Amino acid sequence: MKMKSAAFWISALALAVLPAQAQPPQILTLQEPQRVVVPRQGDVLAPLKLSMRPGYHANSDKPSEDYLIPLRLTWDAKAPVEAAEIVYPKAKMEKFEFTEKPISVLDGDFEIVTRLRRAPNAMPGPAFLAGKLRYQACNDKMCFPPKTLDVKVPLLIQ
Amino acid sequence: MHRFSPLLGLAVLASWLLAAGCASQLSRGEPSSRRGGDASARKPAPDFELKDMNGKTIRLSDYRGQVVLLNFWATWCGPCKIEIPWFVEFQRTYKDRGFTVIGVSVDEDGWEAVRPFLASRQVNYPVVISTMEVEQKYGGVEALPVSFLIDREGRIAGTHVGLVTKKTYEDEIRGLLD
Repeated sequence: MKMKSAAFWISALALAVLPAQAQPPQILTLQEPQRVVVPRQGDVLAPLKLSMRPGYHANSDKPSEDYLIPLRLTWDAKAPVEAAEIVYPKAKMEKFEFTEKPISVLDGDFEIVTRLRRAPNAMPGPAFLAGKLRYQACNDKMCFPPKTLDVKVPLLIQ
Repeated sequence: MHRFSPLLGLAVLASWLLAAGCASQLSRGEPSSRRGGDASARKPAPDFELKDMNGKTIRLSDYRGQVVLLNFWATWCGPCKIEIPWFVEFQRTYKDRGFTVIGVSVDEDGWEAVRPFLASRQVNYPVVISTMEVEQKYGGVEALPVSFLIDREGRIAGTHVGLVTKKTYEDEIRGLLD
């Protein structure tokens, strides 16, 4: 009986430890987007608020080196709104241990703002705008494979 | 029927906790290095078979008898680009003593991205394109660069996650060659 109990507790502890093994850090966090009211005419801004984990950076939308993977937001083309423009945050030029010269990166808190307008055939009422945000992050010593975040913005179409 | 051995259970738990400790370093984004310990305690490096740029099969087990630096990298990884010239130099310096680097690229675009890179850096060691299966065999490649130093018996003598110094690699290579 004692043996079985020991086996149970060792297994339980091991299982509790296992999820920690393969987890890279959460590097980029997206705040839940606020609902956007889309008027019948004219444009409206839909901001996405993002935070990089301290000590990490993502490449900007216009990396200064060809080999770097850019930050890229894409919206679903079948949405009831059209993305008239995507405005990425102003990047900073920063030098790292692994770069010969400063590179164009984003860190800390930043926003990506999309200018939306109602699609001609959109039905009034609640809806969603779905998209994907692709990014590639590093710190001073290591890089992480490119990741894609699913983005969903609640809309109210007028 | 096998009876549960508390000693065996504790040994398994200890190794899990050690692995979790290394993983927590990764979760903090810190480089980590792990030694394989005494030769008798080292684990075998998982074998794989992948093609190089010219279609030649590169099988890790074919390098048994040599010291191998197995380096997972990508063209978009800045720290990897720092290490690659070191590896080119190590290949040149230690090849005749039974040493080789094998580069394993994790680039999603495969040879389209890797081929021009190799040409521009004059890489003088075998390079292959990774697969999920190979990455899983090596514990999942969650951050780059990741390098495994493999002894002449095909066992993992050391692991480095993240950028470490050239001297660290060179000291370890020399230690395994001597």
